[in-house]
Amino acid sequence: MAKRKAKASRVRSESSSKAAKNSTQVMTYDDGEDELLEGDDDDAVISASEEDEGGSDDERKHRKLLEAISALGGKKRRKLAERSEASVQVSEFAVSAEGAGEKISLSDLLGAMDQTPSAVKSTKKQLQNLESCKDTLELPLSRQETEKIQRKVAFEKTSKDVSQWESIVKQNQRAEQLVFPLNQEPSGPKPVEHVVVGWKPRTPLEMEVFSLLHKNMQPINDPLLTPMEEASLKAMSLEEAKIRRAELQKIRALQSYYEAKAKRERKIKSKKYHKVLKKGKRKELLKEFEEMRNKDPAAALEELKKMELARMEERMSLKHQNSGKWAKSKAIMAKYDDEARKAMQQQLEMNKELTQKLALPPESEEEQEPEETEVVPDFANDAQAAADPANPWMMGKLSAEPAEKDCGGDDKESAVENTQNEEEREPEGDEEEENEEDVLLREFDEKRKSRRPDDDALAPPFQVDKEETEGEKKEEPVCVSSEDEHEGEVVSEFKSLFQKLLANGHESTVNKGTGQDAKESDAEEPALLDEGLSRVRSLEDVDELLGQGLVREHAEDVAEVKEKIPTTAEETKNERTDKRKKKKILDLNDVLTRDAKVISVPLAPTAIGEEEGEGDQRMLVQEAFAGDDVVADFLKDKKKRVEAGKPKVVDLTLPGWGEWGGVGLKPSRYKRRRFRIKVAPPPPRKDRNLPNVIISDARESSVAMHQVSQLPFSFEKPEQFECSIRTPTGHTWNTQRTVQKLTAPKVVTQLGSIIEPITRDSLDKSKAQTRGKKAPDIVLASAGAEGQGPRKGRRKAGENNARNLRNPRRRAIKRTK
Amino acid sequence: MKVKVLCRNPDDYVRETTRDIQRVPRNYDPTLHPFEVPREYTRAMNATKLERVFAKPFVAALDGHRDAVNCMAKHPTSLSTLLSGSCDGEVKVWNLPTKKCVRTLQAHEGFVRGMCARFCGTSFFTVGDDKTIKQWKMEAPGYGEEEEPLNMILGKTVYTGIDHHQKEGVFATCGQQVDIWDEQRSSPIRSFTWGVDSVSCVRFNPVETELLASCASDRSIILYDMREATPLQKVIMNMRSNTLCWNPMEAYIFTCANEDYHLYTYDMRQLSMPIVMHSDHVSAVLDVDYSPTGKEFVSASFDKTIRIFPEKKSHSRSVYHTKRMQHVICVKWSLDNKYIMTGSDEMNIRLWKANASEKLGLLTTREKQAQNYSQKLKQKFQHHPQIRRITRHRHLPREIYSQRKELHVMKEARRRKPEVQLMCSERSGTALSPSKKKLSNVPSLLVSFFLKCKVLLAHHRS
Repeated sequence: MAKRKAKASRVRSESSSKAAKNSTQVMTYDDGEDELLEGDDDDAVISASEEDEGGSDDERKHRKLLEAISALGGKKRRKLAERSEASVQVSEFAVSAEGAGEKISLSDLLGAMDQTPSAVKSTKKQLQNLESCKDTLELPLSRQETEKIQRKVAFEKTSKDVSQWESIVKQNQRAEQLVFPLNQEPSGPKPVEHVVVGWKPRTPLEMEVFSLLHKNMQPINDPLLTPMEEASLKAMSLEEAKIRRAELQKIRALQSYYEAKAKRERKIKSKKYHKVLKKGKRKELLKEFEEMRNKDPAAALEELKKMELARMEERMSLKHQNSGKWAKSKAIMAKYDDEARKAMQQQLEMNKELTQKLALPPESEEEQEPEETEVVPDFANDAQAAADPANPWMMGKLSAEPAEKDCGGDDKESAVENTQNEEEREPEGDEEEENEEDVLLREFDEKRKSRRPDDDALAPPFQVDKEETEGEKKEEPVCVSSEDEHEGEVVSEFKSLFQKLLANGHESTVNKGTGQDAKESDAEEPALLDEGLSRVRSLEDVDELLGQGLVREHAEDVAEVKEKIPTTAEETKNERTDKRKKKKILDLNDVLTRDAKVISVPLAPTAIGEEEGEGDQRMLVQEAFAGDDVVADFLKDKKKRVEAGKPKVVDLTLPGWGEWGGVGLKPSRYKRRRFRIKVAPPPPRKDRNLPNVIISDARESSVAMHQVSQLPFSFEKPEQFECSIRTPTGHTWNTQRTVQKLTAPKVVTQLGSIIEPITRDSLDKSKAQTRGKKAPDIVLASAGAEGQGPRKGRRKAGENNARNLRNPRRRAIKRTK
Repeated sequence: MKVKVLCRNPDDYVRETTRDIQRVPRNYDPTLHPFEVPREYTRAMNATKLERVFAKPFVAALDGHRDAVNCMAKHPTSLSTLLSGSCDGEVKVWNLPTKKCVRTLQAHEGFVRGMCARFCGTSFFTVGDDKTIKQWKMEAPGYGEEEEPLNMILGKTVYTGIDHHQKEGVFATCGQQVDIWDEQRSSPIRSFTWGVDSVSCVRFNPVETELLASCASDRSIILYDMREATPLQKVIMNMRSNTLCWNPMEAYIFTCANEDYHLYTYDMRQLSMPIVMHSDHVSAVLDVDYSPTGKEFVSASFDKTIRIFPEKKSHSRSVYHTKRMQHVICVKWSLDNKYIMTGSDEMNIRLWKANASEKLGLLTTREKQAQNYSQKLKQKFQHHPQIRRITRHRHLPREIYSQRKELHVMKEARRRKPEVQLMCSERSGTALSPSKKKLSNVPSLLVSFFLKCKVLLAHHRS
């Protein structure tokens, strides 16, 4: 209210000053804005408004009157404001019709700005600059040009977009193998949840089953607890639950302790420990038995009888003697399987335990004797076995482990001692006992061996085998070495020839260089096909085709040979290469005739019957190749070649030239001497010192036809190409897996599957991969120390989870809390 | 006593099935298997020979059209279905395994100019000489129902080609202009023109699905983006391109079939020069289609042959022809990368194997391995003259053979001409060769042109 009053007073003072100017009455304002707005008007107007209620006619008259009065009063009165039509001032055709004639100059506008503060100075300056320059604005570009620019921008944008694909395209081009379709889902059965999601029951039977399932509220997704179970769990009181939980915890703890202990004990590797443990157990048993005997001799006797009976039964039966079906099958598997072997051992141990005579305090001598007899034969057997040359195991053992043999000897001695004087045995005490244990062990071993005749049959006699192999070695060296040499030489010859040819090819390319370069530059890429009028229908056609090629190649060869006119320089070169070749050959021979490592194979099932078979085979071979005298043939061949290589005397005598000629007339001796030209003997043959080798320098066209004469494109050196050819890919030289790897095709498509065009997903995936690869590099340095904290936390969480999983009920309990 | 026994993986000695041959452990000692190179060479030779002997690419001919087959379309989801349209306005749907026509419909009056299947395979579109675009259901109408199109759009001008978007309900037609249509509307949502009045072929890019390319009658290839208001780029060639095809695995590569007997592979981003020029045909190339792996493409030509080109090679790897096959108008590569379909002038559709000597059907693992091995061997010894000779040998009909020779001579002559001229000029000594003269004249001409331009510009300004 106070504000308004102040405002009103201000207005009043203003209006009063105006009123003074206009010499009118002072106006009074009750309140309201209407009056305030009209404050500027004359009193006449106010009065008119006051009389508004009276009537419009009266008002008009009054106004006229006032006008008339004012007109009488002279020019001091201000002209009244008049309302007029807008169209007079604002024309329809231009923005302002009023100032149409006048021009607004920029300076007028600036003049208005002069009064404003200096904040707009910069704009002013700009405007002045604009004023000063006289050029007109350019016209907007033509449609064609704008379109051109638009096109350019759009094209740049799209080409940039498209360039995103470059990485993936290159990756695919470089890939060793591409499997189409590209984004395949992994084959195989899907998890049930995925399959079930979209399934709905349709048939009435299905509906029924479904409803039943729902009634029982069987879980579909999470099979841990049914709602029923959960409900029952909920029903359990808190205390009960707590007690139960405590119980469970206790049990679990105990179990875990026990397990840990057992595990620890199981992990102890010391044999001695186990031995002691066993001994302790046995002693305890004995003690018990003793106690029983003291307390209840009858019961003890019963027990003894029982044991005796069991022993008898065991000795009678073959139950634990590894002769059953199961044992035989295990025996076969024992070679590969540790567990099977262990199982067999266990069985045998059982047998031993059962058949062992009870160590009762000596009551009578009759009882002891059989024990002795039982012990003795084993050792006797042992000795026999050792002597038996047919038993490889024994042989191997004796020869391979002399230390053990020594101790075995000790044992024997002790055993003999055992048998001979009992009295001495007792004072020996602990040592004796240990020995006894050893003896028992050995006994068991022996038994096992003796009771596995099949195995022995399977196991080949070591020594015999070795002898055989040695024998072979001794016998064979002659033939083998010669064969090997031959083979090696052929190989080396081939290789050297190949290399030489390659080198020649290389040279020829260099020689031809200029001519061929021109050709190549013109034909940028050779045609991939030789198109002709003949059709290949069968293998014969292919051969014919080859024949054509051969003729052509042959012609080329001839041409090449013609080109090669032997010069002295070349001869020397040849000699040099020959030397090199010789060296190479020797090296290769060394390599090839080197003794192959003889691997003694312990298990060679076919080795037994071979002694007779070998001789037979040799005879057979001899019989089969009775007619061939390979060596003689070879020598003959070589001789022929040497003869052919010798230069022939050129006879240029012309009968009848300068003398009489005719039938029966011979040219004169002088003439013969004169015109028979003897050619200088050729350089000595390279194979003159190698009796079983033929070395020929002549280029053989039949081979050359198949040789590459030019270094193919994409290879830079002949060695590279050679290397690519030399490494074999087939299964003859490589293992299965290597062959698969080497021969993997570049593009693999699936039969009957549609290959879709590449999609954006793969692009995104590849991008993500690259990002993923990059990320650790950045973090690596800082992550070292920090990374451990969260990891620990995570592991803890994982442990908790694992524990929860192990005990679902517990989790459920937690939930109820 | 410890007995050590050698343990072997049962996979190495246990056979796969009881019918399998027994596995024999093998000693891979190289000294025991000498002559590895010659032995492998022999194997390679045998493999190449057998390949040629078994190279019988022709599988079947689908007979039934009553006029030349003008266009074909692949079914996007079914490998066994093929659509074909002929010059009498008939469209046939074929079942490839049974080699029978499943459905025939009179789609247009006059030629069926173009056809394409919707990406989902439920319907297909045809355009014809009667200025209509028709959409048809892929399934045949039921008993008693009439064969009627789902949709028909009547245009003002003849449409010469059609292609469908890879993922959306949008298709493009060409004729006097390139129109982009929404399937739901009867008027195009966008039209592109760029100074040409007839466009013969339009194709959507299958990878960057918003891009299009078209071949126009002014010897140009024009690129469009569906989202932009104007075309993107244009390249004008020496002769007209008939069709083009985008590489389905490389977003920016396309190949066009040209009237000048060649095909050109372009990088979309650099239209000034083609990447490769593929030449082997002896007449205009009419159609081209990429294999779905994007490694090869097949081209159909007026010279009655089809050729298969490796993607970046300038010469074909094989050529197919038969006595009865006339000008091949359209060609398609099946979506499983195994077959090629051709439609030709003499009303037949032919089915070819993409790899001439490939064995069809399921292969056992051992067969597959053997195949891989022989392939590897062939590749390894490909440079050896005999093997190369056998692999490259193809039979050609006499006309094409002679024509090829002729073309070769012409090409040689053209190549040699400047050389000969140079030689002649050298012999005469002083006189410059005409080509050189021309070259020397060029700069002065250019200068005078520039001067004129400047003067004109000055006038204009004043």
